[in-house]
Amino acid sequence: MAGHQTLKGKDIMDTLKFKSQIVAKPYFIFALMLFVGQILFGLVMGLQYVVGDFLGGTVPFNVARMVHTNLLIVWLLFGFMGAAYFLVPEEAETELYSPKLAIVLFWVFAAAGTLTILGYLLVPYSTLAEITGNEYFPTMGREFLEQPTITKVGIVIVCLGFLFNIGMTILRGRKTVINMVLITGLIGLAVFFLFSFYNPANIALDKLFWWFVVHLWVEGVWELIMGAILAFILIKITGVDREIIEKWLYVIIAMALISGILGTGHHFFWLATPGYWQWIGSVFSALEPLPFFAMVLYAFNMVNNRRRDHPNKAATLWALGTSVMAFLGAGVWGFLHTLAPVNFYTHGTQITAAHGHMAFYGAYVMIVLTIISYAMPKLRGIGEASSKKAQVVEMWGFWLMTVAMVFITLFLTGAGILQVWLQRLPESGEALSFMQTQDELAIFYWAREFAGVIFMIGLLTYLANFLVDKKEAVKS
Amino acid sequence: MSATFTKSMARNIYYGGSMFFLLLFFGLTMHTTKVMPERDHRENLTEAVERGKGLWEVNNCIGCHTLVGEGAYYAPELGNVFYRRGAGDLDTFKAFLNGWMSVQPLGIPGRRQMPQFNLTEPEVNDLAEFLKFTAEMEVNGWPPNIEG
Ligand code: HEM
Ligand code: HEM
Ligand SMILES: [Fe+2]
Repeated sequence: MAGHQTLKGKDIMDTLKFKSQIVAKPYFIFALMLFVGQILFGLVMGLQYVVGDFLGGTVPFNVARMVHTNLLIVWLLFGFMGAAYFLVPEEAETELYSPKLAIVLFWVFAAAGTLTILGYLLVPYSTLAEITGNEYFPTMGREFLEQPTITKVGIVIVCLGFLFNIGMTILRGRKTVINMVLITGLIGLAVFFLFSFYNPANIALDKLFWWFVVHLWVEGVWELIMGAILAFILIKITGVDREIIEKWLYVIIAMALISGILGTGHHFFWLATPGYWQWIGSVFSALEPLPFFAMVLYAFNMVNNRRRDHPNKAATLWALGTSVMAFLGAGVWGFLHTLAPVNFYTHGTQITAAHGHMAFYGAYVMIVLTIISYAMPKLRGIGEASSKKAQVVEMWGFWLMTVAMVFITLFLTGAGILQVWLQRLPESGEALSFMQTQDELAIFYWAREFAGVIFMIGLLTYLANFLVDKKEAVKS
Repeated sequence: MSATFTKSMARNIYYGGSMFFLLLFFGLTMHTTKVMPERDHRENLTEAVERGKGLWEVNNCIGCHTLVGEGAYYAPELGNVFYRRGAGDLDTFKAFLNGWMSVQPLGIPGRRQMPQFNLTEPEVNDLAEFLKFTAEMEVNGWPPNIEG
């Protein structure tokens, strides 16, 4: 980074409205590195699904899964933070309160994250629990919340420092709707994460409040973050009046929270909970696709009514793509299994995995890649957009990854339907056992792994776009 | 969107709507936790069950298995394994589980492997108590059949 400021300092001044926005760059780069790791371990697991003893001794499935899902969450957090450091100063029309703090927190978070992943890979999980003192404050060993307690504390500290920095910047500058919605979402993210420290001995309560982190993140406050980033990008690339965009943003997040909060009930169908959740959860979560559908209308409307032609076509493609894929993954695939009578049969099958993949990719991976696409040419001092050639490579990455994800989802859905048919619908005694059923699904799992390889190729293609302009810059 | 529907109307719906539903959600959650004891049967929550839950966690069993439908989808549902493999009898189930844990990994070529966790017999018994507790929670009639 220092190199850029001295060598290309002038260019960056030209392309960034505020020079402190540059702190977003290491966040984005590190996020993309972790993304590669995530997919690598996805491929390992995909193979273990059909070749059960693959790497069995060295990387058991549960370890690969922790690495895969925790890398996902952590790189998305890096992406959200990078997005905030980039867009908050520009919206507030003032420099970031403390660029130094942002860089310090970057290294703290990167070190804590790397150590945690190495811990998963290098020692047995029970040993990791022991050396990090889990017995004194047990929070480990729950899905997605596998991090040692000290890592969780580290995440909270990083979030607090980050929120302080962003908050002070907003206080000092213009309080736009986008900034206010973004920081509300980010504060919500930190607040709901606190439920990860609540781990009662009663598994029934543990399960109930576990969803306060997981569901209220992805179907609650993260939607505010997504909406704010999308609104920022749409203003920048279409030049449409801010008033109109802000009105849409309010409508979208209103629908998201009004449906999504009580929508948590779709996870309370089969816990030690009263039956009324089957009605409340079904009805409100059935409304959850609406904000995602509104995002599709809004993104396409704004782009169609654009007042300028922004040279960054790739960023426009990502912005439209994320709205469509989030609607398909969260909205359509979510609705598929969200009504209690359907969920009774599909709960915890490959249908869930199919939905989880497309929803996370469509909504949160793609929104982070949208802001990276828009911001990177500026952060690298290239200009408003990267060269045509680089954009073509980037768009190849977009299509390969997105089409591969559609196929991953379709194959897992096929597997899930057959699983329900063989294992869940028949009576006890006639139903196939879990393991017998899995053998019957092998063909779908092979196909998923093949689509996964295409996804990885797409990701590498996408990353190659960052090399194109560097080469040309050297030539000239 | 039409001009009669203004930004401030949208903003008010956002603030009012989300506040209202957040409060309603907290209210319902409080009611739920109040009536849960009759369904989760916490009177059966012994120290053995508590230790068993700790072992379940520090060995990351949820990284392969589902427990009442939540977790990973690589290995069988364990929320009702007390009935599937123990026929609802604690001694039978403890005997089964001790045998099962000790022979892992099965080492059948190509088959999904469960690791060897090197647990002692009292530890496996605690796990069995935890899985019994989980099986006896009333979860609105899920799963559909014994296979989970
Ligand atoms: C971008 C938003 C969303 C993301 C990232 C997402 C992601 C996920 C993930 C990862 C799971 C699995 C959790 C586990 O491991 O147990 C899940 C479960 C579920 N999701 Fe979503 N989801 C989103 C939106 C939605 C929406 C809008 C709906 C409903 C319309 C929905 C309905 C469900 C249901 C019913 C389950 C439970 C599945 C089961 O019973 O096994 N999701 N979601
Ligand atoms: C090469 C591509 C990928 C492959 C082969 C792959 C494979 C897998 C496998 C095998 C699992 C474990 C399922 C189980 O528990 O049995 C999993 C879980 C998961 N993966 Fe991936 N994955 C890939 C890409 C992705 C991407 C791009 C995302 C995010 C957008 C993602 C998000 C997730 C999530 C959220 C879960 C947990 C799902 C749940 O609990 O329902 N994966 N993945
Ligand atoms: Fe949910």
